[in-house]
Amino acid sequence: MKEQQHHPPHWAQRFVEWYCKPELVEDLMGDLHEYFERNVQSIGPHRAKLIYIIDAFKFFRTYTVRRPKFIHLFTNWIMIGSYFKTSRRSLMRNKLFSFINIAGLAISMSVGLLLIAFVHDLRSYDKFHKNGERIYRIINVQTNNREHRSKFATTAVKTGKLIREKVTGVEEVTIVGNDFSQDAKVGDNVLPVKGFWAEPSLFRIFSFPMLEGNPETALKDPFSIVLTETAAKKLFGNQSALGKAIKFDTLDYQVTGIMKDVPFFSHLNFEALVSLSTAEQLSKNSNNFEQWANQGANFVYLLLPENVDKTAIQSQLDAIAKEENTAEENTTIQLELLPLHKLVVGENLRSSEGGPGAVGPHLPPIVLWILGGLALVVILSACFNYTNLSMARAMRRFKEVGLRKAIGAGKGQVWQQFLAEAIMISLAALMLSFFLFLVLRPQLINLAPEMQRMVKLQLTPSMVVAFVVFSVSVGVVAGFMPALFFSKVSAINALKNESSVKVFKHLSLRRALVVLQYTVTLIFITTTAVGYVQYKNILAFDLGFNTANILNIEMQGNKPDVLLKELSELPEVRALSRSLIITSVGNAWGGFMKYKDSRDSALVLTNNVDENYLPLHEYKLIAGENFIAHPTTAEAVSEVIVNQQFLKRFNFDISDPEKALGEEITFSNFKMSGRKMTIVGVMQDFHYGKVNNLIEPVAFMFWTPGDQAIINAKIQSSDLLATMAKIESIWKKIDRVHPFQAKFYNEEIEEAYSEFSTMIKIMGFLSFLAISIASMGLFGMVVFTTETRLKEIGIRKVMGASYGNLIYLLSRGFLLLLSISALIALPVTYFFFENVVLRRFPYHTPVQIVELFAGLLAVLLIAFLMIGSQTMKAARSNPVEVLKSE
Amino acid sequence: MKGTNLGEFEELVLLTVAALMEEAYSVAICDELSNHTGRTVKLGVVHAVLNRLEEKGLLNSELGEATKARGGKRKRFYQLTVAGKAALINAKSIRDQLWDRIPPFTWISA
Repeated sequence: MKEQQHHPPHWAQRFVEWYCKPELVEDLMGDLHEYFERNVQSIGPHRAKLIYIIDAFKFFRTYTVRRPKFIHLFTNWIMIGSYFKTSRRSLMRNKLFSFINIAGLAISMSVGLLLIAFVHDLRSYDKFHKNGERIYRIINVQTNNREHRSKFATTAVKTGKLIREKVTGVEEVTIVGNDFSQDAKVGDNVLPVKGFWAEPSLFRIFSFPMLEGNPETALKDPFSIVLTETAAKKLFGNQSALGKAIKFDTLDYQVTGIMKDVPFFSHLNFEALVSLSTAEQLSKNSNNFEQWANQGANFVYLLLPENVDKTAIQSQLDAIAKEENTAEENTTIQLELLPLHKLVVGENLRSSEGGPGAVGPHLPPIVLWILGGLALVVILSACFNYTNLSMARAMRRFKEVGLRKAIGAGKGQVWQQFLAEAIMISLAALMLSFFLFLVLRPQLINLAPEMQRMVKLQLTPSMVVAFVVFSVSVGVVAGFMPALFFSKVSAINALKNESSVKVFKHLSLRRALVVLQYTVTLIFITTTAVGYVQYKNILAFDLGFNTANILNIEMQGNKPDVLLKELSELPEVRALSRSLIITSVGNAWGGFMKYKDSRDSALVLTNNVDENYLPLHEYKLIAGENFIAHPTTAEAVSEVIVNQQFLKRFNFDISDPEKALGEEITFSNFKMSGRKMTIVGVMQDFHYGKVNNLIEPVAFMFWTPGDQAIINAKIQSSDLLATMAKIESIWKKIDRVHPFQAKFYNEEIEEAYSEFSTMIKIMGFLSFLAISIASMGLFGMVVFTTETRLKEIGIRKVMGASYGNLIYLLSRGFLLLLSISALIALPVTYFFFENVVLRRFPYHTPVQIVELFAGLLAVLLIAFLMIGSQTMKAARSNPVEVLKSE
Repeated sequence: MKGTNLGEFEELVLLTVAALMEEAYSVAICDELSNHTGRTVKLGVVHAVLNRLEEKGLLNSELGEATKARGGKRKRFYQLTVAGKAALINAKSIRDQLWDRIPPFTWISA
């Protein structure tokens, strides 16, 4: 009796039945049952059940598992033909719904296609290197006593040399010196050439094929240069370049090799490679080149043998770093290995401040995840439309399902049929979305200059496969719920009486989907609106000085004097000044300063400017005056103008800045150490960094001709284009090689925040898609509901209901759903901005109600139009027409 | 050649099937083996081996009568085929031959 009460877990039995071959299932289950009964007796029912479950999984073996069913499906061509036919008929019968489904899926899938292509391109970086899996870059992690850890993509030349000497288990080491950028002279031909300093081992690590010259020796001797095919053609035309001489500055370099052009998808991108031994010779006199602390300008790549023990190499690297760090005061430097294939899509690494920026294309994975998440949301929204509309219109197809079931179709077959239909629709949508993809592709690439350098989005076979797989999975997601719904309908119910099947059975699910859709849409739209307003606020932000109509001209190594003189003769140029860098756009320059306490040194951001800079930019001096001395050599500079933050940092009396005047401080950076300087002026705080940085101590020093120069010209002109053309023609007289590089300050600021404008553009595009998809879905639902309630409306009209009554009756359900969405979406967006995004901007303006509600208003307006037009149509219909046919 | 060679466990299972005569079904085989060898024999392993032996053509099987025990599921009874018997005899004769070659005194030193 006792054992009768206990049964093995039901689901485990079903599981065995499901997977096991029919010829084996009976005795297998019998055996399991016998064991189960035995276990109930010996160890109790609980553990017996547990053992049963474990055994059920244990028997999941190759010899017990039946072959998957879909193989049968695909052999059954006759049924496939029938599914295809009925699907096509139902598509043609409901043109509006089919259009909404296909168009919605196509629009949303185009985003998916773009993303797939984008990720595909990013993943194809550096795949052409034969040893790609074994190549690593050395990166350095610096820990400052003030700042905490920051990772740099670069390391020192010394690192590479030490690894070559000391580390065992490394196949090859190569040092790539960053940024060789000079003007090449060949005869009268002068062209700028960009590339790297490199060693012969580079060709042993990377697969850059050499066309002419010997890769083993080409980069060995000083003053040898290897050109890419294109660079060689540019410099020498169709003549053979090998063995020819190129003049850089005053020195002759010999072309020792011609290599194939660097593939697009290479993180190292260059026109020429110059032997590293050249750099060694050139910097013989400065001890900086070989220094351990000089981590800013060089890459070191390793080729490790297969199956290498990376921890062993890491510990050897640690040993090197430890030994070298003993000589350093303030910083400790650690070395780490970074695999080649994690360079492009991987952790954010910094390039050193003021140093070369050519780290190559890079995207942190989080951006991809966010983009993927947003695309997924849009695609899901279109899938919801499909789910919603197919289930709402279920009634129309119940007869078909009933008949199929009556003549022997199983649950599974009906399920397959509706799934296949969804997949067919999504494949049809793929065709359409592929055209959209072709249209959108150039838009995406031109979104930002970095994008053009980063991806091509060209079609490859593997991409096409990914597209099709993607489209099929979209179809499965969209069709899953309707297929399940139809497969559960019993044949009798479906055939007996249409109305006995509840059309609105899954109403709550459908309502939830609509709410979800509109919540997402509203979040997208308000995010775009708020983001846009914040972005405009940033651009119009009061930086503490005037940037209007100031043209910044890059001197690109030329002396500014001639240009200054020529410019001052132009009537449109009101004032001129010189500076080392342009502030407030993310550039930084600086050094460490000490006041009386010799142990208290602080990082101070600096800019070197001339005496006209402050008045031209309308900086506000609150004490002291402009530079008094106008020295012409860097050694003679002795005056600084500081900001209020500086006073605060060194504990001056902020309320009385006059007291700081005449005080002496010492300044050190990589050029000078312990230089004594006198404070001659105090200016009001301004934003030296970008708006997302806090205001830090800043000091201005006098610009001397030894510095790089940027000319700041205040322009007042009614015809800007003509003025620019004039200035450009003056530039051409001074420098025939380099193209004129000048931008208005406000444009520079706009560019500095271009990532935000890119983000807003992407968000805007996505919210446009989201709103069109959600609107289409809502439209479909409204059309359906009004159609099914036409008779009810007719009767109500006869009984005397007014237009207003009817419109209210028909639209109230939808309005309720929309308000729920708004109630969720608006607070979410608000908190997202106030607590997540704007936290990073200490000087932001708070989110305004107007921005929040603008998006809501737009969405509501479209929804009203949609609901209104349909309900009006229904309300206006003549009751006689509607009621007479039965 | 695969199929003619018997593994140690396969041989044990075959022998048990032969010994159990009419009562040879998976659970009984499993119990019998556990009793005689003294090691715990898992049902899953026996099942897999029975299946493999049947595939090799050394065993035949048919379903028995339905009973109330076992959740109303029928037992699958196994029988040796001619090939199965031959394989057993073959295995035994190989062993016997080897045994015969061991002189008795070898055991003293061991």
